[in-house]
Amino acid sequence: MRLLDIAAFAVRGLTANKLRSGLTTLGILIGVASVILLIAVGNGASSAVQQSIAGLGTNILTVSPQRAQPGLTAKPLTTADAAALVGEDSPAVKYASPVVSAQATAAYGDTTHDIGQFIGSDPNYFDTTNSSLAQGGLFSADDVQQARKVVVIGSTVATQLFPGTDPVGKSVLVNNIPFTVVGVLAAKGSSGLQDADDLAVAPLTTTQNALTGYGSLSQIVVQARSAEALPDAQAQVTTILNGRHKITGTADYRVVSQDQLLTARTATTETFTVLLASVAAISLLVGGIGITNIMLVTVTERIREIGIRKAVGAPRSSILGQFLIEATLLSLFGGALGVAAGVIGSQFTIAGIQPVVDPSSVLLAFAVSALIGLFFGSYPASRAARLRPIEALRHE
Amino acid sequence: MSPVIECRNLRKTYGSGDTAVHALRGLDLTVEKGEYLAIMGASGSGKSTLLNILGCLDVPTSGQYLLDGIDTGEFDEEQLSLLRNRKIGFVFQSFNLVPRTTALANVELPLVYAGVRRAQRRDRALAALDLVGLKDRTHHRPNELSGGQQQRVAIARALVTSPAIVLADEPTGNLDTDSSREVMGILDRLHASGRTVVLITHEDDVAAHATRTVRVVDGAVAEVMV
Repeated sequence: MRLLDIAAFAVRGLTANKLRSGLTTLGILIGVASVILLIAVGNGASSAVQQSIAGLGTNILTVSPQRAQPGLTAKPLTTADAAALVGEDSPAVKYASPVVSAQATAAYGDTTHDIGQFIGSDPNYFDTTNSSLAQGGLFSADDVQQARKVVVIGSTVATQLFPGTDPVGKSVLVNNIPFTVVGVLAAKGSSGLQDADDLAVAPLTTTQNALTGYGSLSQIVVQARSAEALPDAQAQVTTILNGRHKITGTADYRVVSQDQLLTARTATTETFTVLLASVAAISLLVGGIGITNIMLVTVTERIREIGIRKAVGAPRSSILGQFLIEATLLSLFGGALGVAAGVIGSQFTIAGIQPVVDPSSVLLAFAVSALIGLFFGSYPASRAARLRPIEALRHE
Repeated sequence: MSPVIECRNLRKTYGSGDTAVHALRGLDLTVEKGEYLAIMGASGSGKSTLLNILGCLDVPTSGQYLLDGIDTGEFDEEQLSLLRNRKIGFVFQSFNLVPRTTALANVELPLVYAGVRRAQRRDRALAALDLVGLKDRTHHRPNELSGGQQQRVAIARALVTSPAIVLADEPTGNLDTDSSREVMGILDRLHASGRTVVLITHEDDVAAHATRTVRVVDGAVAEVMV
């Protein structure tokens, strides 16, 4: 008795009921494809986040307001705070740009667009955030001083509002206030969960006048003189702000470096990936249970055939082998198709994320699918092998 | 030379205690090589139990069964299946062919489990089908064959391994008169060519084909007719 002959019996068993075999295979296919695809989406999200944060530069600190201790009122971050961060006390700091952000709707002609982020800041902001111009110019320090209604828009905003026309010099209504477009930023691409190009940047003063009012700043973006100077800059910023806000205990602001931001965001996306992967793993498990189910039905249906085989001298091992091979072929076939479906699916952008296929996840999903056949097929197969020949032959 | 079958004081009991059923109660039977034996008996007499034991599908509760000189008493499930494969050819009342599988593949089946190579398997299966007059039906599936043809395929399958004994359990029970005659004709020819055939039946005219008939009553051989 050779393995090849037993495998031939298994193949004949599977092809005898093609629809059923196909549907069982589909269960594994979906499981494997979703493992590969969802892990790829998770990977894509985290690499996009890493790229966008790395794109900001390695010498950036972000100061943002934080709720104060109970009983104390938090002091707002102000333009004066931002100004105080650059000076003799802080030799490591190159710039400190005050930032406010708002939700805004822009209209040009009949077209309207909800801008993802409307930012008010100073000209240094562009340098700090590694933003480069595609068309037109930036606004100047003078524009900030005079609170001129000028705006630099991101590429998404440009294509949404000005399809086919040059936006530079056009007047756009932002929350019904006219702004002149002076420049368009070069596209940066999606930063994971949000579109980094769906933004508009206007002078801080104008934004505060027109949109946000004169409350606390959303952020102060601090650029250190170099990446090496970053720890010094962080210490100096903390000292200055502690002094200005008269902090003794917990601060009412937070200073975060790109590194820390990266770590935090990476941890978030890793959680996200694990979550996706476990959903996918559950669907693979369900596919495996489908195999057990179908193999149990198959064995029950073919009890008589098993009896005949035993009567003509089939040893237990060959019956066990036949049904194990049937189950494993189902899962391997499903696994192979699932790998193909997962890899093909990963070529498309999903929810704004370009999935990145992890080769180890492909290997793992395929290996697991093969093991699933063995594991979930072993119970039905051993039941078939244990059948007593006389009882099996008597079965109707 | 030892007999093909030698049963000594075979007992088979199902269940235990008060509800125990004694299917065989100390049965003795000897079948010589080349014999054509018919076993008769009413239903419930224990003849099916006897056939299952003779065919190594079941084991006796006590007693000794020597098949072709081999004591089957100490054999485990795995060794019994090997014995079934090498020494026994089964013909059942209900044919028991593997469905959706060609006549040729059905006849090849025991050879697959015997580990015979593909080409040789095919030759031997074709020869066996030729012997039962079905050379032109090799690629038909059971549902495309008549009852008589199916039983002839089953006989070919029983023969193909050249077993020590062919066991037929009411081989004509599900067949019409013409098909019965064909099947019995084949069994007669097997006997004529020197094979040992043991037949279970409750029809006298079927038993008349055999050279010897034994009657099983209440789990023991009651009378021997020659």
